[in-house]
Amino acid sequence: MTRKAFWQGNEAVLEGAVAAGARFYAGYPITPSSEIAELASRRLPALGGVFIQMEDEIASMAALVGASLAGAKAFTATSGPGFSLMQENIGLAIMVEAPCVVINVMRSGPSTGLATKPAQADVMQARWGTHGDHPAVALVPASVSECFSLTVAAFNLAERLRMPVFVLSDEIIGHMRERVEVPPEGSLEIWERPRPSGDPSEYRPYRPGPDGVPPLAEFGGPYVFHATSSMHDERGVSANDAGTAAALIARLGAKVLRNWELLPPPEIVDTASLLGSGHDRPGKGAKPAGGVLLVAFGSSARSARQVLVDHPERFVTLFRPRTLWPFPEAELSALVEDHESVVVAEMNTGQLVLEAERVVAGRRPVRAALRSDGEIITPEEIWEVVCGRRDARAGRTGESWSGTGGSGR
Amino acid sequence: MKDRTAGPTRSRARGYTDYLDEAALPHIWCAGCGNGNVLKALLGAFASRGLDPRMTVVVTGIGCWGKADDYIRTNAIHGTHGRALAVATGVKAYRPELAVVALMGDGDFATIGGNHFIHAARRNIGVTAVVANNLNYGMTGGQYSGTTPAGSLTSTSPYGHAEEGFDLCALAEAAGAAYVARTTAYHYRQMETLIAEALGVDGFSLVEVLTPCPTYYGRLNREGSAPEMWRALKERARGGSFGCLVRRDRPSFAERYAGVQAAARAGTGTEVGPDAR
Ligand SMILES: Cc1ncc(C[n+]2csc(CCOP(=O)(O)OP(=O)(O)O)c2C)c(N)n1
Ligand code: SF4
Repeated sequence: MTRKAFWQGNEAVLEGAVAAGARFYAGYPITPSSEIAELASRRLPALGGVFIQMEDEIASMAALVGASLAGAKAFTATSGPGFSLMQENIGLAIMVEAPCVVINVMRSGPSTGLATKPAQADVMQARWGTHGDHPAVALVPASVSECFSLTVAAFNLAERLRMPVFVLSDEIIGHMRERVEVPPEGSLEIWERPRPSGDPSEYRPYRPGPDGVPPLAEFGGPYVFHATSSMHDERGVSANDAGTAAALIARLGAKVLRNWELLPPPEIVDTASLLGSGHDRPGKGAKPAGGVLLVAFGSSARSARQVLVDHPERFVTLFRPRTLWPFPEAELSALVEDHESVVVAEMNTGQLVLEAERVVAGRRPVRAALRSDGEIITPEEIWEVVCGRRDARAGRTGESWSGTGGSGR
Repeated sequence: MKDRTAGPTRSRARGYTDYLDEAALPHIWCAGCGNGNVLKALLGAFASRGLDPRMTVVVTGIGCWGKADDYIRTNAIHGTHGRALAVATGVKAYRPELAVVALMGDGDFATIGGNHFIHAARRNIGVTAVVANNLNYGMTGGQYSGTTPAGSLTSTSPYGHAEEGFDLCALAEAAGAAYVARTTAYHYRQMETLIAEALGVDGFSLVEVLTPCPTYYGRLNREGSAPEMWRALKERARGGSFGCLVRRDRPSFAERYAGVQAAARAGTGTEVGPDAR
C-alpha cells in the first residue's frame, strides 16, 4: 500500500537511495547535505551495507569507485566545496565506468560562500567540472517527493549506463518538509547494471553491449578484470593510440545520448493545465499573443510555478527540466515558436540561460530572472521579467555588476 | 593476529609467473630500475600465500611503480595519483573477504596521498600497501617528493632540497598501522617474505621498499651507475632499521564494522540523527 510520509528533502534522498538498493556510502559532512550522511550511517549497517566517513571528498569519491567495482550500489552526498573536491575521481568513475550517485545539495559559493543558504550555481560544474571530454547526467528535484523518485532514477541510470549520475538539489529542497506518497515496497522499478555471462576468459569489461554500455562484473566473482583511468581498449588494458582514444571518448558520450528515452522527461505546464478549464487555452495553432516560455528547475521552478498561479491573465508555459544534463533540448526547442519570448529563472548569475539561448538559437528573445545572494528567487521577481519590465542581463556591460547582481536587487 | 588469507583463498602451490601477465612484457621501466624486482617479490608473495586472482584486487596509483598492474593477472584498478588507498578502502570496506593490495610510489603514498595514508593506517583497513620509495617522482622526471632527503638535487631542487623527507615507517607506526616493514629492492628474499607476512595481516600493513631510480635521483645526486646504486642499497640495509618493525594486534576496520552492523541489526544504535533531534 502507498504510505504517506512527511519527510525532509534530504531524508527523502536517503529513502530513495535505500529503496533503489544502495548499500555503500562514503562521504564527508557538509551543510546543507549532512543529514543524508547521518541517516546513511544509521540505515545502511542494518541492511548489511557500509557507511564510511572518509578523510575528505576526494577520498569519498575514490572509495565509491572501489566499492562500485566490488559490486555495490554506491553513493555520496555533498555541497559545493565537496563537489569541487570530488571532480577528480568523478572523472575516474566516468573513465572506468563505475556506476555511482553523487548528491549535491547546492549552496551559495564561490568557496565557502554562504554555507547555509541556497543557490543553483553548480549547473555548469555538474556538466563540465571534471577535466576532459565526458558525458554528464544530472537530475534536478523540485520537491521532496522528487528527492525520492529522482534519487531512485539516478541509481537506475547510474547502473544502466555505468557512470556517475548527479542529483542536484539545493538548501531549500533539501531542508523543507513535504508530504510524500511512498510507493509500496516492491512496486518501484529498479534497474541493475548489465552483468556479463559466459566464459570468464572471454570477458571484456569495456566491450559495449547493443546499447553502448559494457557489462560489468564485480570483484570477487568468477570474472577477473582490470579497470584503468588511462585510455584503454575493450580489455581494460591501457592503450595510447589515437583510434582507441577516439572510439572510447565517442562511446562514453554516445551511451548517454543513445539511451535518451531513459532520462526523466521535463514537466511542461501552462496556465490552463495548472488552473483548470476556466482558463482553457485556445486550440493548437492559436496561441494567445504574448505567450512566455518560462524555464526553471529545482527551487526556482517552485517560484516560477507560482507566477502561473498569480497571473492567470497572462499565457505562460513552465518548462521544468527534471534532467538538467543532458539538457532536454528537443523538448524545449519544440515549444519555442509557440511563444513570443523565453525567460529563464535560476539562482545564479546566468548559467542555464546560456543553454536555453543555444536551443532558442535566436528564434525568440531570451531574458533572465537571476538571483545569487543566498535568498530564494521570488515569484514577483520572475514576474517582472516575464512581463518584460526587467531582464537581469540587459546591458550587462559593467555597471549592472556594481550592485548586488541578480535581478537588480 | 588473524591470518586473512588462510582458508579458502589458499590453493595449490603457485609460482610468481602464475600472476605475471607475460604477454604484457617487456615492461616500461628503465634498465637498472628497482621496480622489476619489487614486482617479482610481490607476485612471489602472492604465490606463497596462494592468493586466488579472483579474490585479489590490486589498486595502483600513478607513477612508474603505479604501472605495475599492467603486468599482474589479478583484478586491478589503476586509479588517480595519490588515491590508491582511498579506492582500496572502498573495495575492502564493502568486500572484506577480498585481498586488497595498493601499489604506490613515494609521491602517491606519502605526498599527494599522505592524508589517505595516515587515515588508512588509523582506520586499520585491511589493505597491504607496497610502497616503492625511490626518493623522487620518477614518472614526471625526477622532481622532489615527500621522502626526498634535505639537500638532495632533483629537477625541482637544483640548489639542494630545502625540506626534510618523511620516515614512512615511523609515520605508519604513529598513525596506527597493524604491520610495518622496511626492506630494499636488493633484498629479494626479505622483500618477498615481508610482503607475504603483510598479506596475512587483518589490518593495515605497509611494506616500504627502498628502490633505486638511476635515471633521475641517482644521476642528479651523482650516486653512480645503476650497479653502484644497487651496491649502496645493500650496504644501507646493514645500518638502519630494516625487516619487520611493527606487528601488533589491533581490531581491523572489518572486525569493528561487523560489530556496527550487528548493533544496527539488533537495533541497539544510539538514537542520534535528524529524526531524533
Ligand atoms: C593530480 C595529479 N597531479 C600530478 C600528476 C602527475 N604525476 C604523475 S606520476 C607523478 C609522481 C610519481 O611519483 P611517485 O608516486 O613517487 O612514483 P614513481 O614514478 O617514482 O614510481 C606525478 C606528479 C598526476 N598524474 N595527477
Ligand atoms: S624513471 Fe626511475 S623509477 Fe621510473 S622507471 Fe626509470 S629508473 Fe625506474
